[in-house]
Amino acid sequence: MCRVTKTCLVVDDSKVIRKVARHILEGLAFTVREAADGREALDACLAEVPDVVLLDWNMPVMSGMDFLRALRDSDLPTRPKVVFCTTENGMAYIRAAIEAGADEYVMKPFDRETLESKLQLVGMH
Amino acid sequence: MIAPVPADTTSAGARNVIAALLERHTGQQIGAGRAWRIDSALKPLLRAHGLDTLDQLAAGLLRDGDAALKAEVVDALLNQESSFFRDFGVIEQIGIAASQMQAAHPSRRLRLWSAGCSTGQEPLSIAMLLDEMHRDAPAPDICATDVSASAIQRARSGRFSQFEVQRGLAIQRMIRWFEPAGDDWVARPELLARVQFRRHNLVVDPALPGRFDIILCRNVLFYFSPPVRRQVFATLAGALRPGGVIVLGASETVIGQTDLLEPSTAYRGFYQARADTPLRASAHG
Repeated sequence: MCRVTKTCLVVDDSKVIRKVARHILEGLAFTVREAADGREALDACLAEVPDVVLLDWNMPVMSGMDFLRALRDSDLPTRPKVVFCTTENGMAYIRAAIEAGADEYVMKPFDRETLESKLQLVGMH
Repeated sequence: MIAPVPADTTSAGARNVIAALLERHTGQQIGAGRAWRIDSALKPLLRAHGLDTLDQLAAGLLRDGDAALKAEVVDALLNQESSFFRDFGVIEQIGIAASQMQAAHPSRRLRLWSAGCSTGQEPLSIAMLLDEMHRDAPAPDICATDVSASAIQRARSGRFSQFEVQRGLAIQRMIRWFEPAGDDWVARPELLARVQFRRHNLVVDPALPGRFDIILCRNVLFYFSPPVRRQVFATLAGALRPGGVIVLGASETVIGQTDLLEPSTAYRGFYQARADTPLRASAHG
């Protein structure tokens, strides 16, 4: 039987975080792609729309918030779910992210259970 | 050179003393297959009391009958694993059942009992859900109990770590019902006010006063011996309002455990009192 795996684009300027997230996500049967900033992530989405984007906030070149606004303004064929994953844990940041079109929000540090739970909440697991 | 693995120096006798203490105080059993849990759960307590081994702890428990130490040991052994909206499908179904019960009795205040609520995530989840679903209905009366005094104390505080608050709780709900407090998040007073938390031992304490439309007792009963389980089922069955249901954990059933309950005819996966089960008289209805 052929099972179609979901794809997750991990966007974080930290190689370590990308590696940890990849490890968890592959354990949850996701196909993982990586981008180191918002610009790279936007290019990756234009090339192939992922099912879900795990998105850091503070990154060089293009921030997570600028990426999210550009993503939601784009006319991609599908609407990927976006889960912010950031150390910006204040209420104002969370509200701003939701306002800009984020579907869920993970406050770093995170663990496997947290990520799995958030992916379930956006219908991706 | 690889160091030899240290031998297990804890005697079976020490574990037996500790397991017997737990059973005496809570009715919960730790079978031989889960004896490892005694060692892992009590490690922090041993450190805190400057003890090296479980044998020393067991000797202390037998020697001086220190009630505070006994309570501390019992508390440490209780499984307080919980998360918000755990088994989301079940919580959703509880919301649907509550809606239908409320529609059948529009002016009545629904009563729910979360038995074995641990640190409070289950009743708080129900409170959030019912508020969102039934803005115009009378606020339900939600009672939540646990045998662990420390779990109830934590539940009453409504304070959860960042890890705890993120597990199962959608971000929209989190910012609506919780506020940051240092590194933690605390339930807003209007949420905490919807749940009455109290310490209660399902095995030795009488049932809560009144009767209930929905009783949740999830992942609690499998810790009990069959006779104790039967006794607790009788307590819960007698506390149901007519038409009320009991919700058990996914791997729990009443089949072969009690004659007082049967699968609900109205709500798949839930249980109802058999027609011939005597209902406890109640001033609360």
